[in-house]
Amino acid sequence: MLRELKDELAAGASAEERIFALFEKIKRSKLNAYTNLPEDSALERARQFDEAPWSGLLAGVPIAIKSCISTRGIETNCSSRILEGYIPPYDAHVIERLKQVGAIIVGKTNMDEFAMGTSTETSYFGTTKNPWDLDRVPGGSSGGSAAAVAAGEAPCALGSDTGGSIRCPASFCGIVGLKPTYGLVSRYGLVSYANSLEQIGPLTLNVEDAALVMEVIAGHDPRDSTSIESEAGYLSGLDGGVEGLVCGVPKEYFGEGVDPAVEKSVWDAISKLEDLGASWKEVSLPHTKYALAAYYIIAMSEASSNLARFDGLRYGLRLGADKDWHTTFSEIRAVGFGPEVKRRILLGTYALSAGYYGRYYLKALKVRTLIKQDFERALKAGGADVLVTPTMPFPAFKIGERIEDPLSLYMADVFTVPINLAGVPAISVPCGFADGLPIGLQIIGRHFDEKTVFSAAKAYEDATPHHETVPKEVV
Amino acid sequence: MDHIGWLASIKVAEEEKVGFVAQFNSVLDYFHQLDELDTEDVEPTYRVVDLTNVFREDVVKESISQEESLRNAPRRENGYFKSPRIV
Amino acid sequence: MAEKDVIIGLEVHVQLNKLNSKLFCGCSTKYHDAPPNTHTCPVCLGLPGTLPVLNRKAVEYAIRVALALNCEIQGETLFYRKNYYYPDLPKAFQITQYDFPIGLGGKILIKGEDGEEKTIRITRVHMEEDPGRLVHAGTIDRAKYSMVDYNRCGMSLLEVVTEPDLRSPKEARSFLDKLRNILEYLDVFDGDLEGAMRVDSNISLVGGERAEVKNISSHKGVEKALAYEITRQRSARRRGVAQVQETRHYDELRAITVSIRTKEEAHDYRYFPEPDLVPMRVSDWVPRVEAQLPELPDAKRERFVSEYGIADDHAKSLTSEIRVANFYELVAKRASPRLAAVWVADVLKGELNYRDMAIDNFSSDQMVEIIEMLEGEKITEKGAVEVIRQILDHGGDPAGVVEAKGLAKAEDDAVKEAVRAAVKECSQAVADYRSGNEKSINFVVGQVMKKTRGRADPGEASRLVKEALDEM
Repeated sequence: MLRELKDELAAGASAEERIFALFEKIKRSKLNAYTNLPEDSALERARQFDEAPWSGLLAGVPIAIKSCISTRGIETNCSSRILEGYIPPYDAHVIERLKQVGAIIVGKTNMDEFAMGTSTETSYFGTTKNPWDLDRVPGGSSGGSAAAVAAGEAPCALGSDTGGSIRCPASFCGIVGLKPTYGLVSRYGLVSYANSLEQIGPLTLNVEDAALVMEVIAGHDPRDSTSIESEAGYLSGLDGGVEGLVCGVPKEYFGEGVDPAVEKSVWDAISKLEDLGASWKEVSLPHTKYALAAYYIIAMSEASSNLARFDGLRYGLRLGADKDWHTTFSEIRAVGFGPEVKRRILLGTYALSAGYYGRYYLKALKVRTLIKQDFERALKAGGADVLVTPTMPFPAFKIGERIEDPLSLYMADVFTVPINLAGVPAISVPCGFADGLPIGLQIIGRHFDEKTVFSAAKAYEDATPHHETVPKEVV
Repeated sequence: MDHIGWLASIKVAEEEKVGFVAQFNSVLDYFHQLDELDTEDVEPTYRVVDLTNVFREDVVKESISQEESLRNAPRRENGYFKSPRIV
Repeated sequence: MAEKDVIIGLEVHVQLNKLNSKLFCGCSTKYHDAPPNTHTCPVCLGLPGTLPVLNRKAVEYAIRVALALNCEIQGETLFYRKNYYYPDLPKAFQITQYDFPIGLGGKILIKGEDGEEKTIRITRVHMEEDPGRLVHAGTIDRAKYSMVDYNRCGMSLLEVVTEPDLRSPKEARSFLDKLRNILEYLDVFDGDLEGAMRVDSNISLVGGERAEVKNISSHKGVEKALAYEITRQRSARRRGVAQVQETRHYDELRAITVSIRTKEEAHDYRYFPEPDLVPMRVSDWVPRVEAQLPELPDAKRERFVSEYGIADDHAKSLTSEIRVANFYELVAKRASPRLAAVWVADVLKGELNYRDMAIDNFSSDQMVEIIEMLEGEKITEKGAVEVIRQILDHGGDPAGVVEAKGLAKAEDDAVKEAVRAAVKECSQAVADYRSGNEKSINFVVGQVMKKTRGRADPGEASRLVKEALDEM
């Protein structure tokens, strides 16, 4: 889809017209996918492109950016009241890369507050609606980015994935979303929720587009000490096919708790892969059931520290008259954060506190080792090349259905969080529908083996029609 | 809960406390399933990248201006960030 | 006086202000005279989304210091987050070291209270970042609001922690002087700059709890603060009041310590390894850094004694500051080392201290010239002192000053003539002397000095007068 767009622009189509039409669509939309629309700067840039087109992998292409990725001069509020109005003086590394290849940033998308959530319902700016069914959630935390792409309110978008926040909304909105191998994409400029778990990644309508965006954003950044030196080349070998590919199917990802329609769709997908020349075998990731607890302990602990800086002194919310500093900061944070964020900060503080560090944080880190070893064992040479699972245990649930019970919301991440704990790459591609709601297929690869993940996903996509279906609700 | 609120610098209102504590406890109970695992001889994984010795050279890069630095400050005075009183 | 019942430990924060840039970002370290918040960037301001990247040279400096303090460099060392809230800490955590600090188990030798050499053990040396600076409108407890300047935020600090081996405020002072000296020899910091060295001390009486005294910014301050604390703790003990573990703030103006919190409310820093940084394995840097270590104070002192044949006291005085030691060696190459030692250590240093001036205000060439004039008997010792004072107060060069102030030593003949004349004139004094009043000779000598307008050498004049009177 991006290829066609680029071709049209190269043939002389007006970027300004395209982007103007996009803004019109967004403003008419019922989805609430965006938190900020920098119309003036986007249109100005589009005008400049039309007058003197530049070249680049994404030249003239509009892209939507999740609200927690720092954009110079454009409000970056992480869908939180405490950062409302905050305008960063710097661009995230990925934004610099996007600008270098000529992309045009059209807006900041809605998300769960500080990326904490699985439904985008914790946003201070109201939830985003799923384009396939306006009474349902788009998934989270990159719900805005996914809904925008699914509904044609952006041709592509960036999200971030800490425990499934790209893959879950991709699955619920019927699009493609990739969480890259940890370290491939610079985190400089990503407002941290859980540093050792998260990565920025693409949300697109098809696999080729995702590979194109990866080609642009991945790569070493000296400003991120956890960033890896890597070669690009995500676009080559995309059509390699799956002949001889061994797909591992972890038994822990099926059965109890998984919607039957989801299970059926995924098994159909596995059959399809067989038809295309792959083979599959059952594998086991025995520590899967402990992954959620380990994930949440680690994520909350890191978050409690990462979010401590929000106190209204250097940026963000400040209330009436100041009292003494500790009281003032405590009140600002009580009012500026939503309940889910507060819950996680308090739990994370507890988990790290004296006397509990060994029981929770350290324990979780040890369990993480066991989970990482599960993946390494399953994906070792001679074992499976990729693992194939459902992305989510069910399709999009109704707005309001789970938000009152935090634990039930956490449980939805059961198939996505182990991947973040291990640091391996995983993509979600549409593989069917359940009562008109999209279902996502998750393909997991070895560390740094995005190539295999992409080519497997592409082969499947080429042989199926799912990615071509468009939500009827979309105007 | 009060002590945690103090440590986290978040004022937890009285009416919120009961709800929070209940949710807290249910989540903590869920966490306790990790006790089932024997991790005596397992090394913790702090990071999933295998890097060591990442440095930058001792070279000066331009700072941002005072104006840029203060741009988002809700309260400021004479080039300083204005903070609530200490005591 | 060495107290048998006092136990003191120190935590010294040293700012590596000789680095060009901060610890985790490229902002310049030369912020001392700059307007507030002009040496900041998104990283040291802790803006959302920013990440730290470690300054390689800071690590090298840390190793240099740790080695000079005889520490073991750790095979793997990493950074932690120390989580607490305070307006001067923009991320609400300080990136520091906790387990696995860069250096462990070192020592410094000082002269103890009893005059004997004493080993002060160094528990650890570790790296951390400096917070910003709070400015209060008034005193900290009365100000209606405070103002924050983040220029200092992110500067590299080294924390040097001692075992509680010190036994008196004087020993503490001695330790700090020695530490500062070593650090200046290593050229890792300029100790004169504001905030370069900050000290927290832990002090207790034997059998009692300890008080932590914070906010001391000078070595003299440390001595005073600790002396005050000892008195305070002793008197409390006499009154039956037990010392509790607490933190006290040193008030420089009132020279007292004030309690600010008891350890019950102790911060729980919730240390965990910094996820945005990766571990350092730098023990293979040690041989290179060690080879490049400069000669340290103790070694230099020993060499001065053996190479220049000077007294140990002089050597100690000369090596107490690297700039003085270098100055001395420049002089000793060209003039008599023994005379140079006396004139630099005893005279010049004294004159500089009196004027609160540094040795950069005098040149080694000038000192060489003065010593040559002394050796050539062109000026008296008194004259030489006067030359030094003139140059420090008004500038100029030795020959010029001697000329202008008429300090040239009186020639022998002129002196002998003055003696003859004085003896003739001071008949009363001469008579007194000869009838047993020894002191009367001074009057005659005084007259000689007057006649030569002070240019005679007093010792010589005295000798000549005595000779003359004894011959009579």
